[in-house]
Amino acid sequence: MSSNRQASAASPWRAPILFAALAVLFLLEGTVRNGLFSGSWNTALAILNMGLISAITALGVNMQWGYAGLFNTGVVGFLAIGGLAPVLVSLPPVQGAWDAGGPRLIGALLAGLGTLALAKIVYTRTGRIWAMALVLLAGLVAYRWLFDPAVLAIEANDSARTGNIGGLGLPVLLSWIVGGAFAAAAAWGVGKVALGLRSDYLAIATLGIGEIIVAVLRNENWLARGVMNVTSIPRPVPYEIDLQQNPAFVDFAARWGFGAAEASGIWVKLCYMSLFLVVLLGIILLAELALKSPWGRMMRAIRDNETAAEAMGKDVTARHLQIFVLGSAVIGIAGAMMITLDGLMAPNSYNPLRYTFLIWVMVIVGGSGNNWGSVLGAVLIWFLWIKAEVWGPNLIGALVGPLPEGDIKAHLLGSAPHMRFIAMGLVLLLVLRFAPRGLVPER
Amino acid sequence: MDILNALVAFLNFVFIPAAAYGAQLALGALGVTLIYAILRFSNFAHGDTMAFGTAITILVTWGLQSWGVSLGPLPTALLALPVGIAATAALVLGTDRAVYRFYRAQRAAPIIFVMASVGVMFVMNGLTRLLIGVDEYRFDDGARFIIAVRDFREWSGLAEGLALRSTQALTLVVTVIVCAALFWFLNRTKSGKAMRAYSDNEDLALLSGIDPERVVRLTWIIAAGLATIAGTLYGLDKSFKAFNYFQILLPIFAAAIVGGLGNPVGAIAGGFLVAFSEVAVTYPWVKVAGYLFPGWQPGGLLQLLGTEYKFAVSFVILIVVLLFRPTGLFRGKSV
Repeated sequence: MSSNRQASAASPWRAPILFAALAVLFLLEGTVRNGLFSGSWNTALAILNMGLISAITALGVNMQWGYAGLFNTGVVGFLAIGGLAPVLVSLPPVQGAWDAGGPRLIGALLAGLGTLALAKIVYTRTGRIWAMALVLLAGLVAYRWLFDPAVLAIEANDSARTGNIGGLGLPVLLSWIVGGAFAAAAAWGVGKVALGLRSDYLAIATLGIGEIIVAVLRNENWLARGVMNVTSIPRPVPYEIDLQQNPAFVDFAARWGFGAAEASGIWVKLCYMSLFLVVLLGIILLAELALKSPWGRMMRAIRDNETAAEAMGKDVTARHLQIFVLGSAVIGIAGAMMITLDGLMAPNSYNPLRYTFLIWVMVIVGGSGNNWGSVLGAVLIWFLWIKAEVWGPNLIGALVGPLPEGDIKAHLLGSAPHMRFIAMGLVLLLVLRFAPRGLVPER
Repeated sequence: MDILNALVAFLNFVFIPAAAYGAQLALGALGVTLIYAILRFSNFAHGDTMAFGTAITILVTWGLQSWGVSLGPLPTALLALPVGIAATAALVLGTDRAVYRFYRAQRAAPIIFVMASVGVMFVMNGLTRLLIGVDEYRFDDGARFIIAVRDFREWSGLAEGLALRSTQALTLVVTVIVCAALFWFLNRTKSGKAMRAYSDNEDLALLSGIDPERVVRLTWIIAAGLATIAGTLYGLDKSFKAFNYFQILLPIFAAAIVGGLGNPVGAIAGGFLVAFSEVAVTYPWVKVAGYLFPGWQPGGLLQLLGTEYKFAVSFVILIVVLLFRPTGLFRGKSV
């Protein structure tokens, strides 16, 4: 990668100016109402909150790509498995679900993991593939024997309202850490297999694990109700309706010149924003400290010249696995935060173009290898992605305005939303070619 | 024990669908593996190249149908195919000129090419959506069946029926013709030999006066042709939906890696291996078992995995190959 980084150093004022420009965009979105901006603080803050979550995801991807040159195409899967955590940790327990099949289910999962471990041991000890295959077959039978009845029992339990294993009823903030742990475990499994081989293999293997995790969430109803979705996930912040009924809050809003309904929405979003900012800044602080430590210098040395680093006695594959797991954990945290913000787990919404490749555009545009660049890229691209939904049709509408009414005009107007994909692809290609170090280059 | 009925059920539900699907994957994997052999990167845009070529073919098919042109029992899409291939070839040659050539001149790392192919994937995905939208389309016309279930039952007197859809037979025939032509081209013509030489040893090929840009152009044209044919056959057999072509990328990569990236014979073998495993693992075997062991009442459907998890099969095959033989069954390149 060293071959196509820009040679010249960037001005130290570059990042602050770009962040200020971004802030102006959000101020305009909040205050000005015209064809470009909505003039609503609720919209502006909603975009910003999702932008901050994208920023945390981008930080995770940046650790993998910017620090180590690993290409993870399964971001959507790690986000999704992180999103499972709020469902399993913070939802109230489902009456009777645990008695119906809980221990048996845990037994099945342990049997599955035990089989894999045993197969590995058998293979390394004896070196015989047929012995390993036998272990795997026996393990599969045992797993299905334990798993199938447990799942049937759990899904039959109050299937109209729940039908899943339910949560632990713990605080939702705890689930953010658990989400990171889930994603880290999945990443360890993939990384263990695909790292150390040629670089595109990791890209292809992560593409697979991403699709599989989303397929599991979609189809395993006992886990998170599959496509029936889980709603009303507990919140770490107050509810709008409670605020509107609180006279003190209504007074407070009136003093600032807002109606109670609008103010409650803004207040809730500001609470979320502060939480997200704390997580974001915490992760950046840890990442920057790590980067400036001997460990960080080693990671960059490995990225810039693997052979030389190996000659110095560094275990490149093990370090790659480490950074891959760490980056995925950050993505998992972002996934849990996203589900908390939405209050809804809807597996069908996990689209790889939106959640994997758009994140990649953010990282590349922002500046790979630079944490602040990733944050800037994420919030900026997310803002443009959302606004392109409004601007695209407006623009096309203005362009085709003089055309006579007919099929072609209708087709062009109807296809305006698809222009975002072309635009994002072009942005990625242009930045990759003409400014491979992005908006805020690595120092 | 009723072996004949069991065999017919196996042919009808496993063998024929898997063979057709395998042929489609093989054609897709051939494109991926050729690009890998010459340009040395995994092309993430290949699925969307297939979708684009198919979309053009469908649009031309609709045009032909509205003029009343048809091929009788064969689908009209076959007539439209050359136009689709030409348009797709023009598009990929354009992207090579605009995107990949720059990195080739720079001798950038393979992962940069992969990243660029993601950008191309976005653009092609958008183009396909722009052209034809995100809905599902069926565009097969002509005869539906070569062997219909009822005719077969009446002819054979068996309880189990056998159906051979014309799109499945067409897929197999076209795949055989395309593969034969491709191997003839690679082994017998001067350009094909130049391609193989370039793939084996780039520097030596340059030394013997082979024009690298010509080799690259040829590769893209062949890959575009293979992608459009594979995509159209897949669309005729199942249906066309742009997103499915993104998802088929994983089985195609699995097929190419199983066979050994860069090895055309391996890509074909890999395509069939992935398809047969996928169908065999997700097929409920209870019907076949019922014929073979009439007294036995199995508790379930005898299905190893739900059809929703068919991608898991390609993934597991991929993992097994990566663990035990990273260069693939047929010894591909290991750059």
